[in-house]
Amino acid sequence: MSKPNNTLPKLDIRSLPGPDNILRRELENGIIVLARENFSSPSIVVSGFLRAGALDDARDKAGLANLTASALMRGTKRRSFNDIYETIESIGAGLSFAAGNHSTAFWGKCLAEDLTVLLDLLADGLRNPSFPSNEIERLRSERLTGLAIRDQDTGARAKLAFNKLAYPDHPYSIPSDGYVETIERLTVADLQEFHKDHYGPQAMIICVVGAVKAEAAVDAIEASLGRWTNLNKSNQPELPPIKTLQGILREDVVLEGKSQCDLVLGIPGPSRFYPSYIAAALGNNILGRFGLFGRIGDSVRKAEGLAYYAYSTIEGGLGPGAWQVTAGVNPVNIKKAIKLIQQEIGRLVTEGVTEEELNDNQANFIGSLPIGLESNEGVAISLVHMEQYGLGLDYYQRYPDLIAAVTREQILQAARQFLNPENLAIAVAGPGREHK
Amino acid sequence: MNGCDRMSDSHQKVLQTRLSNGLEVRLKEIHTAPLISNWIWYRVGSRNERPGLTGISHWVEHMQFKGTEEFPEGVLDRMISRNGGIWNAFTHLDFTAFMEVMPADQIDLALRLEADRMANSLFKPEEVNSERTVIISERQGQENQPTFRLAEKVKAAAYQLHPYHHEVIGEMADLKRITRDNLYAHYRSYYVPSNAILALAGDFECQAMLDRIRELYEPLTSRPKMDFLAQIEPPQQRERRVTVNGPGETSYLEVAYHAPRGSDPDFMALTVLDSVLTGASGLRVMGGGLSNKTSRLYHALVEGEIAAAVSGSLSTTVDPYLYGIWVTVRPDQTPEKALDVLDGEISRLIDRPVAAEEVAKSIKQARALFAYGSESITNQAFWLGYSEMFADYSWFEEYLDRIAEISPEDVHAVAQKYLNPANRVVGIYQPVTEKAHV
Repeated sequence: MSKPNNTLPKLDIRSLPGPDNILRRELENGIIVLARENFSSPSIVVSGFLRAGALDDARDKAGLANLTASALMRGTKRRSFNDIYETIESIGAGLSFAAGNHSTAFWGKCLAEDLTVLLDLLADGLRNPSFPSNEIERLRSERLTGLAIRDQDTGARAKLAFNKLAYPDHPYSIPSDGYVETIERLTVADLQEFHKDHYGPQAMIICVVGAVKAEAAVDAIEASLGRWTNLNKSNQPELPPIKTLQGILREDVVLEGKSQCDLVLGIPGPSRFYPSYIAAALGNNILGRFGLFGRIGDSVRKAEGLAYYAYSTIEGGLGPGAWQVTAGVNPVNIKKAIKLIQQEIGRLVTEGVTEEELNDNQANFIGSLPIGLESNEGVAISLVHMEQYGLGLDYYQRYPDLIAAVTREQILQAARQFLNPENLAIAVAGPGREHK
Repeated sequence: MNGCDRMSDSHQKVLQTRLSNGLEVRLKEIHTAPLISNWIWYRVGSRNERPGLTGISHWVEHMQFKGTEEFPEGVLDRMISRNGGIWNAFTHLDFTAFMEVMPADQIDLALRLEADRMANSLFKPEEVNSERTVIISERQGQENQPTFRLAEKVKAAAYQLHPYHHEVIGEMADLKRITRDNLYAHYRSYYVPSNAILALAGDFECQAMLDRIRELYEPLTSRPKMDFLAQIEPPQQRERRVTVNGPGETSYLEVAYHAPRGSDPDFMALTVLDSVLTGASGLRVMGGGLSNKTSRLYHALVEGEIAAAVSGSLSTTVDPYLYGIWVTVRPDQTPEKALDVLDGEISRLIDRPVAAEEVAKSIKQARALFAYGSESITNQAFWLGYSEMFADYSWFEEYLDRIAEISPEDVHAVAQKYLNPANRVVGIYQPVTEKAHV
């Protein structure tokens, strides 16, 4: 078998999203609209976000941003819950809202012939929610059921415990879907006030991709949301600084009756604005993603057979999201799995990566770009990402060169800045105590 | 193009042919992105397993990633990944499928890889042993989910003879004792050209692609495929009930009716019935339907404040499988109450035809979901092969036309035929409350 060569893939730059095929317009009220045409199928995706999220929640109202987002489709001043869903489902379209820490995102999809209907519902939900009390009560009950399910989910419990360890006294330690005791206490007035104070067009991004002329798409957004104002919208609070982790912080959550443990291990990582973010992302790919889970997969899954999944993630985002390793492991193997993962983190920050690993992963990042941009959803996610982080309309056309320019030294520096096998938050959720 | 090649009449032409060793080939040119999606489908899944060897098809799928002499383990991962590709595999009731999506100029790697591992996988004993613990870990991860534990018991109650009785992952006892020789024998029995379909869609020229496929796959020896006869499940005579106790605070209800196979003439009417009752389901590789808040069961159960969620699941299978209805019960309600309300809605369907508007809505939803599902090259390649697992490609090509022909009377007829209590298994997950502690 011939050895793969070390050249990097060459992409047809003109086929990638760029200034010549993306229409960008900033509306007078501050909304930034992006549109890209794709007539290969008769459908359209609309997605974006506005700056209202769990960071805006008071501590005793955790989950408010999230519940407010879910309640937007429960009734508006013009439509009842049933009117909204009869309209959307009868045309085979979809529309949903969800809040994270920093923002409330929306996602919609429809046939090209129904774009006006979808945008009308989107604008109505954003601008005119009525939060009918009977619907909010039902939503609350559904949410409480969801929290009861979360309470028994080993993966979710390990992540919650990890966030508490890694982000002490920080908003990232609080789950955006809240707690039973906070959700039970939220009132319709809370939702109304949250909407009044935090929903507005300022810094909102909306993106339309699919079978519609870009000019027509932007005009349609302007017609539905261009006159929306909220001069009272408050600014999101500044994130407090992250405390540096010292030593190994460990928490074990025991869930009797389960068969397997979930393990989350890591530290607060870089935001997407970190200057060497791409180097960190390449380092992460080598650590726990490339092929079937990178070096960690080789060690924990392939060599030792300890886990079905064991991979690393670098969350990036607007703030210091986690750089973490996640694994599903039998309780008796937890100690061994943690040791192997620590060894791989140690190897990354002492030895760095090899030239061959760097080249393989650069090729992987560049070569996989067309797959990520194949669907309307993929393009919409990419356009929002580009705008959100100020990467420039030509970002994806520059992307192959940006990846190719990363050096081994940059990866080593980025890894050393964040990772240390002796300073980690480790959370385990699963059966019994034999894993401790 | 030689005499046995056939182009279908769909607006995007499909080349269908069979090689001399029995391998079926389906090719569809799509030039919207510089990508090619390659799928190879084997007619082997949990349906082809005997007691004592359950889970063996899925395990063989795992072993197919452990390398050959030409592509040793690790080299495979590296070559696919560094060429910007993605790959995966799926084992289901009736099939095992392997897929790669590659930049168009790198597809040859995927073609060579699949031809090689159809015949030359090593199944090293040490790899078998390390994969045993990986698969046990996979099963334990599934056991953590109450819905898995309930579904496993419901299937076991629904099928007393047919192999749909057990989960694809297999019984834990079997996972502990299956040997390397068992696995290798299963591989050699089913991974033969005449038991497989190779399906590609994407940025290529059909004739050039077919020439390359012939070059790589025609030398593979034709061996007779294993002729496995699954035991026929006799008609169920009366309702069966199962209860599963486990940790948590949330009750689940699964009501599973014996349903027709995917190629059955009744299947499309049942698809519309499911859309009316629990909401429209998608045609994407990994599901993806619409919200279901105007479905009858959402109105009755969720708006009726009995449940937090409801969904339906109708599968296209070789043999008659199950139409499952899932209810996540609210903590202040009981599964028995949810069943009462569900039964009221089932009676409505049996007593009188659904409204013409409900059928029209289902048809429009099917059209939209079909458009969404046709967007990606991978989805197109998926349907080229998947449809052949339970029917043929015309099933997919004619899907919208056949759905559009369904009338309220057709839906009424299948409701009366399939939604009888004697034809179902009722499963309840009853939590034994025990709070987590830290």
